[in-house]
Amino acid sequence: MLSAGTMPSDAPAGEQPPATGDYLRWYLRGSLRIVSLPALILASSFVGFAALAMQAGITLPQAVFMTGMVWALPAKVVMVGAIMAGNGLPATAFAVALSSVRLTPMVVALVPELRTPHTRKWVLYLLSHFVAVTSWVIAMSDVRAVPPAMRTAWYGGVGSSLVMLNMCVVAAVYLLASGLPPAASAALFLLTPIYFLTSLWGSARERAGHVAMVLGLVLGPLFAILTPDFSLLATGAAGGVLAYLYHRWARRRAGP
Amino acid sequence: MTFFANQAWWWPYVFILAGGWLATDAWRFLGVFLGDRISEDSDALVFVRAVATALVAAVIANLIVFPSGPLADTPLALRVGAAVAAFAAYLAARRSVLTGIIVGEAVLLAGIFLL
Repeated sequence: MLSAGTMPSDAPAGEQPPATGDYLRWYLRGSLRIVSLPALILASSFVGFAALAMQAGITLPQAVFMTGMVWALPAKVVMVGAIMAGNGLPATAFAVALSSVRLTPMVVALVPELRTPHTRKWVLYLLSHFVAVTSWVIAMSDVRAVPPAMRTAWYGGVGSSLVMLNMCVVAAVYLLASGLPPAASAALFLLTPIYFLTSLWGSARERAGHVAMVLGLVLGPLFAILTPDFSLLATGAAGGVLAYLYHRWARRRAGP
Repeated sequence: MTFFANQAWWWPYVFILAGGWLATDAWRFLGVFLGDRISEDSDALVFVRAVATALVAAVIANLIVFPSGPLADTPLALRVGAAVAAFAAYLAARRSVLTGIIVGEAVLLAGIFLL
């Protein structure tokens, strides 16, 4: 489903400039993706996040604001974790930034698919805010079916509707979920790691990604015990270097 | 300055903007900037992806091994067992995320009610 190659996205020369109605139609078509399995799973994960945020003492408007502004779920989970641990602003920003480095390669991979020679830069910067695992997976698998000139409008629909849906989900959990039984809360808290455990495996582009993931799963808790202050950085560095060395070794062995 | 250190109404929002929004969107904007300039097949990108993947995997593992909230009241073996069952079901069902989630949650809830 996820292929790495890029398709030439040049609009044919001499094509009529698209009408505003076309943009609107493709924006709405993108918005309809909130009725899909990935969107449902993501919304369930946000139920778990909202429960976590409530527990950390974050208020409803603050949690909704965080959902809209930060958006990526691992970054928000790290942020709430840092808030619960009583970390200061610099330490929190550092931990969140570390957990979000992966957004850069995701955006790098997506930009060539969305762009045409006529695309304005600020549109791409604006759309990049919507990049997180779910919208990225949807875009990478389905964007080829969208006419090149309409891809930014379509992805704008996918991304903005997912963000707005989950801002509503978070607010709804705050309003409704104070009386959940403990078993249900525990199940919700497990939803996020399981969702990422499976979707991260599926989004890996090469074998080295799987190697890095397994190393991260094992080294993460280990480093959390050994070096609690730098556990994420240490895991990323050690797991990343080892997976990259594996990549080099496997390629040399496959040989010319 | 922690999240709860300042009683002013605007402080948590500044905290979220500086510690969350800037710390995530800076990477996204860098991605747009580099999107033109870096080859999707380049070795540097394989390395960046490997580091990023290991980081996210560490976050996932820590959520399971050192959880917060009601999940912390369940035994470690049950949580790891549920995650392993979920991942095995995901692979067995041809990478179906939904199957993985259903099996993992079923194992967890069965464990909570039976143990």
